[in-house]
Amino acid sequence: MKKKMSAHEKKRRVKYFFVHVGIIIFAGICVYPLLRIFSISLRPGDKLFSTDLSLIPAGASFTAYRSLLKDTMFLRWLWNSLVITLATSLIGVSLASTAAYAFSRFRFPGKKAGLILLLSSQMIPAGMLILPLFLMIMKLKLMNTYLGMIIAYSVSSLPFSIWILKGYYDTIPRSLEEAALVDGTSQVGAFWRIILPLSTPALSIAFLFNFTTAWNEYLVARVVLFSAKQYTWTLGLFELQGQYITQWGMFAAGSMLVTIPVLCVFLYSSKWLISGLTLGSVKG
Amino acid sequence: MASVQFKNIVKKFKDNVVLNGVDVDIKDHEFVVIVGPSGCGKTTLLRMLAGLEEITDGEIFIDNLLVNELHPSKRQIAMVFQDYALYPHMTVEENMSFALRLRHTDKAEIDARVTEAANILQLGKFLARMPRQLSGGQRQRVAIGRAIVRKPKVFLFDEPLSNLDAKLREEMRVEIAKLYQRLNATIIYVTHDQVEAMTLAGRIVVMNKGIVQQVGSPIEVYRKPANLFVAGFIGSPTMNFMSGKLFLEGEALYFKNEEIKISIPPYLLSDSGKHDGREVVLGVRPDDVLVERDGEKCSDKVQGILEVCELLGHRENLYLKVGNMRVLATVEAFFNRSPGSGVTLCFNYKNMHVFDKATETRISE
Repeated sequence: MKKKMSAHEKKRRVKYFFVHVGIIIFAGICVYPLLRIFSISLRPGDKLFSTDLSLIPAGASFTAYRSLLKDTMFLRWLWNSLVITLATSLIGVSLASTAAYAFSRFRFPGKKAGLILLLSSQMIPAGMLILPLFLMIMKLKLMNTYLGMIIAYSVSSLPFSIWILKGYYDTIPRSLEEAALVDGTSQVGAFWRIILPLSTPALSIAFLFNFTTAWNEYLVARVVLFSAKQYTWTLGLFELQGQYITQWGMFAAGSMLVTIPVLCVFLYSSKWLISGLTLGSVKG
Repeated sequence: MASVQFKNIVKKFKDNVVLNGVDVDIKDHEFVVIVGPSGCGKTTLLRMLAGLEEITDGEIFIDNLLVNELHPSKRQIAMVFQDYALYPHMTVEENMSFALRLRHTDKAEIDARVTEAANILQLGKFLARMPRQLSGGQRQRVAIGRAIVRKPKVFLFDEPLSNLDAKLREEMRVEIAKLYQRLNATIIYVTHDQVEAMTLAGRIVVMNKGIVQQVGSPIEVYRKPANLFVAGFIGSPTMNFMSGKLFLEGEALYFKNEEIKISIPPYLLSDSGKHDGREVVLGVRPDDVLVERDGEKCSDKVQGILEVCELLGHRENLYLKVGNMRVLATVEAFFNRSPGSGVTLCFNYKNMHVFDKATETRISE
């Protein structure tokens, strides 16, 4: 027998319908440009400026991809970006995780001022930091090197990572470390064996933030790197933009390819983004 | 196992003195309970022994070794925390074997010790579970198991039962008592619950405001409280206190205030002449307030009015008013009198306590 829908159930369904319509509209707005780029990347060279809106254009081919990989240094740029980004993320997260631990657990002079200073450094527009970064890296004789880029990137995202991680550490009960100390670890051991494994959600967030920031960065790379061989993909793709002619097909193909590593990192780290890791440890 | 000595321990947080000259000697294989109200410094004292809190002044010895500067990991102690503090990312087995794995103990030895502890605490079927999959009582047992497998010199318990419900607390109390008989270890147990203190301790250390008030066996602390604080803190329901003055009438010593006048027998206060005119506080436990027929043979009877009856099962609390003074009596159930009726009562002389009003210390035998 079919049950009659209650007024409450009806209301709930109407609410869900509108929520879903909203979500679908926003998802469409997000996905549309990507689909357009994908479509452009498949167009044959003579139809680049076509106004056709079909996703798979007539005469679609991977020519743009092939020539991008064969005729340019795209793979080299991708490799440069990958090395710099991974190193930046790992160094950034390592530095931030230990600094945040100190801010969360120890009392020392200048702790409060330090935290406020870190926060205020985030309020300075990135563009304003270009000149001091340039001077610093030049003085260090690290222009046009991986290391120069890695230093510039990892320090710039440190404040954010430290704040994220400190906030998370603060929620982990101190008695867990104390139990570990009594059980026989050193302070560093307690951090390594207890705090870090419990902080994977926050560490993943910090890693993702570092990764995406460094991966998509253009301004600092423009200033520090000057030989095409050292370019990251952001600089490399702009190389394809000529004064008289821009190879939009290759540009679009490159844009599609660079999303793959970010997508992989996001999918991989999503398994760490789980809540409730400390459940059951102490009386809640 | 080992002995523990606290020598003139002082702890200050900035200007706030938390512990002020604590001296306690704990013998090998002894079960000592440190008891006191919240904020009396008992947990701080335990944490200092564990090495989790710095010592402002004084010395702590474990097995005659000065441990003031020794890292917690080197003190060979095991601690059970109030909030369990189980490692949430490890299974019960990993939690219990953590300390042994840190010391690179042989795998077979680790397994044997974990199995033994799990059997003692009936945790065998939970070894593969995560802490979040356990109930409060089971988590507390894991925390105790984690301490047992280490075979430490001293066990420290920091209010281990305060997070459990009343029934479970009772069960765990018995478990801990059995565990002590089995391990015959040195145990230092901190609690604010005087029932735990009375039932578990070989010796009780009563603390208040960072000062040790009395050290003694449970029965000593109960029967001969050293001062007003101990008298009021130990024993449930709380002792009745009556302020008044001692005076001599002929050879006999009497206690008198606006409401009552009762004689003080010489076995309670000898050398009666010395106490004439002294301001005192008289302490009588509710069990020693004899009501109606129970006090038939008393000489100093007092008239009171019954205000409230509280039936506890086999006993009954009677809240009485004698003039402006309130007196609590605990009698056999069922008293069967309605509130407002007059009641005759007297005090059991043998178990009365006399404290000096100014110094608050005990002056009776």
